[in-house]
Amino acid sequence: MAAFILRRLAQSIIVMLVVGLVAFFMFQFLGDPVNQMVGVDTPVAEREALRERLGLNDPLIIRFGKFVVNAAQLEFGLSYQHKSPVTDLLLERMPATIELSMVSAVIAFALALPAGVYTGLYRNRWSSKAMLTLSLIGISVPTFLIGILFIYLFAVVLGWLPSFGRGDVVTLPGGWTTGLLTASGLKAIILPALTLGLFTLTLIMRLIRAEMLEVLRTDYIKFARARGLTNRAVNFGHALKNTLVPVITVTGLLLGNLIAFAIITESVFQWPGMGRLFLQSIQEVDLPVMSAYLVMISFLFVVLNLVVDILYYVVDPRLRVEGHGSGH
Amino acid sequence: MSKHLLEVKNLRIEFPTRRGLLTAIDDVSFHIDEGEVLGVVGESGAGKSLTGAAIIGLLEPPGRVAGGEIIMNGRRIDNLGYEEMRKIRGREIGAIFQDPLTSLNPLYTVGRQLTETIMTHTDMTPTKARERAIELLTEVGIPAPEKRVDQYPHQFSGGMRQRVVIALALCVNPKLVVADEPTTALDVSIQAQIIALLKKLCRDHGTAVMLVTHDMGVIAETADRVAVMYAGRIAEVGPVRQVVKQAKHPYTEGLMGSIPMIGHTGEKLQQIEGSMPRLTNIPTGCAFNPRCPKAFDRCFKERPNTIDVDGTEVACWLYDKEAAHV
Amino acid sequence: MTDTTSPKLASAKPSLLYRIWDHELCYSFRNSPLTVAAAVVTLLLILSAVFAGFIAPHNPFDLASIDLMDSELPPAWTEDGEARFLLGTDNLGRDIYSTILYGMRISLLVGFASVVLSAVIGISAGLVAGYIGGKVDAVIMRIADIQLSFPTILIALLIDGIMRGILDREQHDAMIIPVLVLSIGISNWVQYARTVRGSTLVERNKEYVQAARIIGLHPILIMIRHVLPNVMGPVLVIATLGLAFAILTEATLSFLGVGMPPTEPSLGTLIQIGNDFLFSGLWWISIFPGMTLAVLVLAVNLLGDWLRDALNPKLR
Repeated sequence: MAAFILRRLAQSIIVMLVVGLVAFFMFQFLGDPVNQMVGVDTPVAEREALRERLGLNDPLIIRFGKFVVNAAQLEFGLSYQHKSPVTDLLLERMPATIELSMVSAVIAFALALPAGVYTGLYRNRWSSKAMLTLSLIGISVPTFLIGILFIYLFAVVLGWLPSFGRGDVVTLPGGWTTGLLTASGLKAIILPALTLGLFTLTLIMRLIRAEMLEVLRTDYIKFARARGLTNRAVNFGHALKNTLVPVITVTGLLLGNLIAFAIITESVFQWPGMGRLFLQSIQEVDLPVMSAYLVMISFLFVVLNLVVDILYYVVDPRLRVEGHGSGH
Repeated sequence: MSKHLLEVKNLRIEFPTRRGLLTAIDDVSFHIDEGEVLGVVGESGAGKSLTGAAIIGLLEPPGRVAGGEIIMNGRRIDNLGYEEMRKIRGREIGAIFQDPLTSLNPLYTVGRQLTETIMTHTDMTPTKARERAIELLTEVGIPAPEKRVDQYPHQFSGGMRQRVVIALALCVNPKLVVADEPTTALDVSIQAQIIALLKKLCRDHGTAVMLVTHDMGVIAETADRVAVMYAGRIAEVGPVRQVVKQAKHPYTEGLMGSIPMIGHTGEKLQQIEGSMPRLTNIPTGCAFNPRCPKAFDRCFKERPNTIDVDGTEVACWLYDKEAAHV
Repeated sequence: MTDTTSPKLASAKPSLLYRIWDHELCYSFRNSPLTVAAAVVTLLLILSAVFAGFIAPHNPFDLASIDLMDSELPPAWTEDGEARFLLGTDNLGRDIYSTILYGMRISLLVGFASVVLSAVIGISAGLVAGYIGGKVDAVIMRIADIQLSFPTILIALLIDGIMRGILDREQHDAMIIPVLVLSIGISNWVQYARTVRGSTLVERNKEYVQAARIIGLHPILIMIRHVLPNVMGPVLVIATLGLAFAILTEATLSFLGVGMPPTEPSLGTLIQIGNDFLFSGLWWISIFPGMTLAVLVLAVNLLGDWLRDALNPKLR
């Protein structure tokens, strides 16, 4: 177990270093930070002094080292556009994004699991085929369009739900803001969460269905039937469990996807999250924000993937034995 | 003579395809008596496994039983609903599949798979079922069963896994076991052990076996009677001695000629010319006629009846006494 | 065996056309009305995009023909609509129907070009990784793994952002199509690479590859000739589904304001323009391009889905 986790941890660190490298190069070579900090009429000598002070004249490897050390301390400098610390900007907006993504994830998984299992088990029923075609539409209609349609229908035409913003938020101890505790906050999250979750919902449903079909063809399912086990035991005891093993592995990926796709949803619903900040930073080429977002988001992904790996390890006995076992 | 345990009458299995119906099993009849081992041999694609699947009621769609009857213990079972048939599977008819490596669910311990089967068919308590599971593992020759019962399939070797599969097939003492190529996926050295085990257990429990294989050697050693299948039809059914020693059907003769025998040095192994026709392309008359060295006019026109020759039933015109064949 | 085949079949060799018609793939195509419909829709949309210049009643890029007096007209069948503008006009007085045709041209162009780029990168990477193996393989597949753990939209946004850093604003706007193709193309190569690598690994140790080496042919040439036909099926499936995905990604980027500019709108840009007017009830500006986009992507997805199932022997 320990060896397995250590190996995964090492891989995660490599991923983070690669991401750090990308962020670092972006920061270092796209646009001169000095130009962003001083006026046009600043003399060359003063610029040079600033360069020296910022350590921009150091060898590359030292600068990268400094970058990594700073990044580990969540130190990414000032935003070109907002002229305030990038970390504060991001952390301020992080709860909004995380909350949105998590609510979407819950919606997506809660609906996708039964739908996927149903369409897998009864693949020839017309209801399954209808669900499958519907899910293909879900994949084909882009997130932003669904958002727009939702806004038009529920906010503009019916006037039931707000079309933008987060509603009233409550600040919890520790500085985390949440909209889930107020009526307006809850109302505000419905449309964005549905919009964001829909794509993932269809994706997971189709994945579970495909996996279920694959498992139902295996010999051990046939053998389970030949042993006279009840349909229920075969479908839910055997097939479902085996289906979920590979599904777990992509869960981390999908959760990461949700956080990334929040960029779009936040843009449509003017949700005050990290994604919208990142989008603005791309339009304005605000490099510190871009690289900080990249590093922080990657960190979230890596942690998610690590958790999923450990989960996978717990579920699949085949992995467990390999861990402590060549000397058997 | 007691009533047959299993009787298959004029079984016909069809697959609808885009080019029309494909008849995979055509007018197949045989029976198995209590405690008897019936070997079913033939080339791959002859329909052996399909027949087995039809008996346990697990034909894969779109294949379906299109005609004939399957009677188990005096009760017709080919037209039962899924739930009724499920109660027969495992309880009255056990099954063993080809590949032990893939027959067990990798996510559950061997013990859990045994106890769930036992508890499905009996009203044993979990504790009782577990004891029974350990007993069964002992019986199929798995060392340290108390420890092994809590292990996962991947912790067992191929041969050991097939022993577990046998234990699973026999765990509630079914009257018949359909064993579909139970040793093909195993090492040669282990094959004999597994066959011996199966034979011994079935004899001890009085279980009848339908042993599907393409290995004539296994049949000769194990079976009481043999059914030879060719292109979805029965070529010959009879006591194993007769079929092996004095094969009647030219196809069986050819099959026997292709087996090396100890003590028959110097003899050339024979080979049957050509290959089995595809199901889309079965010739009129006897299905074997293009490859048959003894085929004559009638074989190309009429499908042969089953003819009783010294206790062996043969589907071949050569044995039709009424015909003016010389 | 000739003697068992029926004489009728043996004597009359069917024509090539008949053999194509009778082929397994064609059969499953003919028997799936949804797929046929999807193919027809896709073809119609592609043709109307290619011939937009002939079909479109107005040229939305010809500033002289645009009259601000015509702006914000609803579709022709509504009360205030005019017959000249079938689907209404936008805030600048451009005919929605024509802008959709021209916009779709850009969406399809970017989509196809990105798929080609992804396929070229992915297939080459897969061939090299599979053939050379060892460290090269490990590095390529490691990069693929890392990239795969990041959502494509994020990578596309990032590449777009980097290009904005490298180019200044005018350069970026002038080069927007290549920039988009690059962003979307690079973010989608991994699947091709994985598939091709798998097949290459299988082929690498076959005898003809050894033989080729002995007669002095470069094995990689031989590999390309043998591996590519083997992976054509899966690659075609990935490419078809990839086309739908690329069109979606481009639309998303454009909608987010980092893709095609309003002066040269793609479907995504059109939806974005219309989004601002949705609250004033001008629904047609974004809904019609949105529907077109959805129908196009759905049709391509349906084709890809069918192709995947038809090429998968297990599902037959």
